[in-house]
Amino acid sequence: MDYFAQQLINGLVLGSIYGLIAIGYTMVYGIVGMINFAHGDIFMIGGFIALISFLVLVSFGLTAVPVILLIVLLVAMAITALYGWTVERIAYRPLRHSFRLAPMLSAIGMSFVLSNFSQVAQGARVKPVPPIITGGYTLHKGAGGFVVQLSNVQIVVVITTVVLLALFTWLVARTRLGRDMRACEQDQTMAALLGVDVDRTISMTFVIGAALAAVAGMMYLLYYGLVDFYMGFVAGIKAFTAAVLGGIGSLPGAMLGGLAIGLIETLWSAYFSVEYKDVAAFSILIVVLIFMPTGLLGRPEVEKV
Amino acid sequence: MTSMKLIGLAFGASLALSTAAFAQDLTIAVAGPMTGGESAFGRQLRNGADMAVTDLNAAGGVLGKKLALDVEDDACDPKQARSVAEKIGSARIPFVVGHYCSSSSIPASEAYAENNVLQITPASTNPTFTERKLWNVARVCGRDDQQGQVAGNYIAKNFKGKNIAILNDKTTYGKGLADETKKALNKAGVTEKLYESYTKGDKDFNAIVSRLKAENIDLVYVGGYHQEAGLILRQMRDQGLKTILMAGDAMADKEYASITGPAAAGTLFTFGPDPRKKPTAAAIVEKFKVKNIDPEGYTLYTYAAVQVWSQAAAKAGTTDPKKVMDTIKAGSWDTVIGKLEYDSKGDIKQLDYVVYRWDDKGGYAEVNEKGS
Repeated sequence: MDYFAQQLINGLVLGSIYGLIAIGYTMVYGIVGMINFAHGDIFMIGGFIALISFLVLVSFGLTAVPVILLIVLLVAMAITALYGWTVERIAYRPLRHSFRLAPMLSAIGMSFVLSNFSQVAQGARVKPVPPIITGGYTLHKGAGGFVVQLSNVQIVVVITTVVLLALFTWLVARTRLGRDMRACEQDQTMAALLGVDVDRTISMTFVIGAALAAVAGMMYLLYYGLVDFYMGFVAGIKAFTAAVLGGIGSLPGAMLGGLAIGLIETLWSAYFSVEYKDVAAFSILIVVLIFMPTGLLGRPEVEKV
Repeated sequence: MTSMKLIGLAFGASLALSTAAFAQDLTIAVAGPMTGGESAFGRQLRNGADMAVTDLNAAGGVLGKKLALDVEDDACDPKQARSVAEKIGSARIPFVVGHYCSSSSIPASEAYAENNVLQITPASTNPTFTERKLWNVARVCGRDDQQGQVAGNYIAKNFKGKNIAILNDKTTYGKGLADETKKALNKAGVTEKLYESYTKGDKDFNAIVSRLKAENIDLVYVGGYHQEAGLILRQMRDQGLKTILMAGDAMADKEYASITGPAAAGTLFTFGPDPRKKPTAAAIVEKFKVKNIDPEGYTLYTYAAVQVWSQAAAKAGTTDPKKVMDTIKAGSWDTVIGKLEYDSKGDIKQLDYVVYRWDDKGGYAEVNEKGS
């Protein structure tokens, strides 16, 4: 039981990070109907910016950890959002009315551009940081001496995810921008006729997606302690899988899918074999898609007439 | 902003191309992971080869010709290693020092054999490298069956009655080393409680770590590279485990400690006796220090590999790879890491692995077997 609890914690934290990235995929798909393959690399850029701003703050002699983390979070979100905006502006907007595959190809190209750019600009080596948030709590001490440990980093990751998710759900459900986004999702032409600035709304979608990816990048940096220029690829594929599993286009679905992938990987490694954890995750994806073709929370696509 | 950086990128790429234009009399190559997770070791290889070429040129070159160094990147990827090997072969380069990862050195060596290139690896320790009876391969480091023997005996002696786990990363090097260690350990009467493998490149090892915790593991032996080992250690400490981590020669770079932070203290690994402390190396180590490079890990091994080749080429009076290889296997060579002699397979006859321990200051030193 203790062992299960510990593995549950491991899986939830991993799943939170996947979920944060998955939201970016699902949002863009919901509104523009394209898969933004560069999103994983936006996540990687977010990790690098968090690392750089962290080092800059430390070199200024700042030592209060909560203050540093807050500034790093804001700086990373802002600059990464700018990247997200730029990518949309130069790679996707000119192709919006082109044939369906064009923006997807340009997204794949953008993914290479971003990862090669950070390879050249930041070097090809992994960039480690020493543990920033240390310590943790012992939740339960089992009879066999097994200790269920919850580290402070894990608490920070989960709380940040929950807070941002709540904030973001509120944004989509309650604000003007959220209403515009939902309108564009349903029918772009009609939304434009009714006075919604479609271009701006789509840009904002990319900006928000990138900001959330930056948060994921920073959490990744805090949790694993390193970033490298190719980390966006694997994380991007996993998060994309999470988005599809949860039902692409659905925000709670993305988070649920992220948690599901994280838990499947962890629990499979815990009780069966570590070697086949990816196989397990993707097999479950296939099974789910056979019985629920739109994913866990996806709505069937309505043919627009 | 993005476009400015793109211009910078293009400019950087053109600079890299232009350096190839300085063609000199005789080109040799160094190949290894210059990018990617193992690039810290690629840099060791490059530093060692750079210094060796500079020193040889200062002493008049080889066979009256100046040397030039071609640096190739395999990113520790077998496919890329093979294509690098084809490239070096078609450039008619007679000698390559490399690669780092055994899973790169082995496929590359076949391409080198076909293209008449002599290959000395400074760092690939998997036995298969020299066991295939290829004419063109040699190494200046030890083998994993020796290394695993030393590690297995050390564990059996110092961790008697403790719980041992063995992990490997499924690579040629990692799995080979883990299996050799397991063999030695089992022979000494110790059976591991857990044997698992992970995938090189993974970042999340929390599930494995919790398993180690459930099994009350006292020592985990990792057959793998430093990045994953560092992450495993970090996640063990996060989950409150005091388990000691032991691994192979792939931990011999300071980058390991920068991944783990202070948690590195206590980590054990096997490596050759510190080449920096050998009397033959004193002058060269000084030269590296002037350049602000710590010639750790395989730096001096790479230097020695170039020395072996250049001395053999001078003795044979030719750079013809087959003749040079025959000369290498017949002679004995004074290198920066000491005197080297070869057997017919291309392995060195000197067997030496010792156990090192990381300290809390981000450095490592040999473990003194006689207590203290």
